[in-house]
Amino acid sequence: MSASILLDPTNESRPAQREQLARPASVKGLTVGLLDIVKARGDIYLNRLEELFVAEGAKVLRFRKPTFTKPAPPDLRHEISIQCNVVIEALAD
Amino acid sequence: MKPQLPDGIVAIVKRECATCVMVDPLFAHIAASGASLTVYTQDDPTFPASVAALHDADLSVSWHYDIETVPTLMRIENGVEVDRTFGWSKDAWQKFTGIADLGADLPVMRPGCGSLSVDPNLEDELRVRFTSSTLHSRHVELASAEDEFESMFIRGWTDGLPVIPPTPERVLRMLTGTIRNPQEVVAIAPPNLVQLTVEKIAINAVMAGALPEYLPWIITALEAVCNDEFNMHGVLATTMPVGPVIICNGPGTQAIGMNSGVNVFGQGNRANLTIGRAVQLTIRNVGGGKPGEVDRATHGNPGKLSFCFAEDEAGSPFGTLAEERGIAPQQNAVTVFAGEGPRCVVDQAARTPEQLTNSFAACLRATHHPKSVLSFDAILVVSPDHSRVFAEAGWGRERLLSELHARLQIPGAELVRGALDMAEGLPAKFADRTVPKFKARGILLAHAGGGAGLFSSVIGGWANGAMGSTPVTRPVLS
Repeated sequence: MSASILLDPTNESRPAQREQLARPASVKGLTVGLLDIVKARGDIYLNRLEELFVAEGAKVLRFRKPTFTKPAPPDLRHEISIQCNVVIEALAD
Repeated sequence: MKPQLPDGIVAIVKRECATCVMVDPLFAHIAASGASLTVYTQDDPTFPASVAALHDADLSVSWHYDIETVPTLMRIENGVEVDRTFGWSKDAWQKFTGIADLGADLPVMRPGCGSLSVDPNLEDELRVRFTSSTLHSRHVELASAEDEFESMFIRGWTDGLPVIPPTPERVLRMLTGTIRNPQEVVAIAPPNLVQLTVEKIAINAVMAGALPEYLPWIITALEAVCNDEFNMHGVLATTMPVGPVIICNGPGTQAIGMNSGVNVFGQGNRANLTIGRAVQLTIRNVGGGKPGEVDRATHGNPGKLSFCFAEDEAGSPFGTLAEERGIAPQQNAVTVFAGEGPRCVVDQAARTPEQLTNSFAACLRATHHPKSVLSFDAILVVSPDHSRVFAEAGWGRERLLSELHARLQIPGAELVRGALDMAEGLPAKFADRTVPKFKARGILLAHAGGGAGLFSSVIGGWANGAMGSTPVTRPVLS
């Protein structure tokens, strides 16, 4: 075996590291965003979550992705980030 | 950098060439005529004997001036080449130099020899020497004791099979397959939305085992999958077992040796397998789409290593898939479809197009689930033995598709939740309606497979339309 030079086949970038926000001690008074990714029955799950959060004193805002097969559009992500303190994304099925 | 040549006549020769040896005395004759003559010799600095020569030791002059044959005469005016002749032609050399009796005693014509700068044993080395600055990718230097194949596995660069080490020599050779600039951005690669350059594609094409002449097909396939319409991000991320199925059309498929016949979806053909593999490796390595990360497939399918084939155009009674999708005849093209693995349709008894269409429809009905409607497209790949039945009856693409759609109008009573004792299905309100299995353009028809076998094939799709993925067809450009 001999020394050789290979060209890097990757994008040569490293993901940015971000600190997780501290978990809030209580949701009372917070705005909770519920993002429906529009998979079947995700709404059932989110409806139940909304009831629970409202009972805990949180304000709930609902959001929907246009389709579950594509990433949430940047505008939608921006809306959530400026309107909500925390967000929950309902997965699927 | 391209060396500057002096004005006047510039000759490129090598001693190893008998024609160059034959014309050696003529250089003294040209110099004596008062012309400004500069001779570059490729091999022996003492050659030619009749005049002093400069040694093109690193072949820089020969490479940058695209010398293919020695001897070559060039005329340089104000630093720019304005005329050239190569080999020995008495007439051409006399006109070129303006010396009427130049080489009067020599034969009328003698072909030259290959320039050292195009020697196959030297070409890769020279390409690296003179063009590697066009490459921008990071160099990964392996230690002498490191096994290069194992090191690529360890770095996570492979799809689970060994890959060819992407050395600068191999990548530059791969880039000869396209006229595009290595730094041209051809697409934004999902899932990490990375600018995808021709160079990065070439690196992954080398690793996949592709040849330079496949590169335009690979680039086109990547352009076709990396857009919102095809939605490669979703195809990667889905739990369903789909990946890009690549169908190639046009005379170029034969020129690069693609398979459209025996074992068309199987192993054994370099072009089919490495084009598909290069696409997937690029998405993995550049886009960052890896199984277990963004790729969440429950089962996946073996075609996610590579699923690429050519249509059998010559034997098709249906025209070609590319033409059906708006591509001009004889234009090379790639169609991408988010599909699962192929499943076989066996019908060895049908002798009429109606009987065979009934079989196709029954099998297409089961795509993903017999009660699933309108959500998924499919490709029906008809074999030559089956297509003959339609050809003999005068059925073309349109007739077959319309007959299929007519047979795939499903009574809602069979589709609603609970029907056939299956929970899967439509809401009860559809019970009295008739629902088509496929959207109007939801069945793609292709013709491929070996010449013997009364079997066809169905490739089921993924969530279709704006909600998921739409097939994309693109012309292949060099």
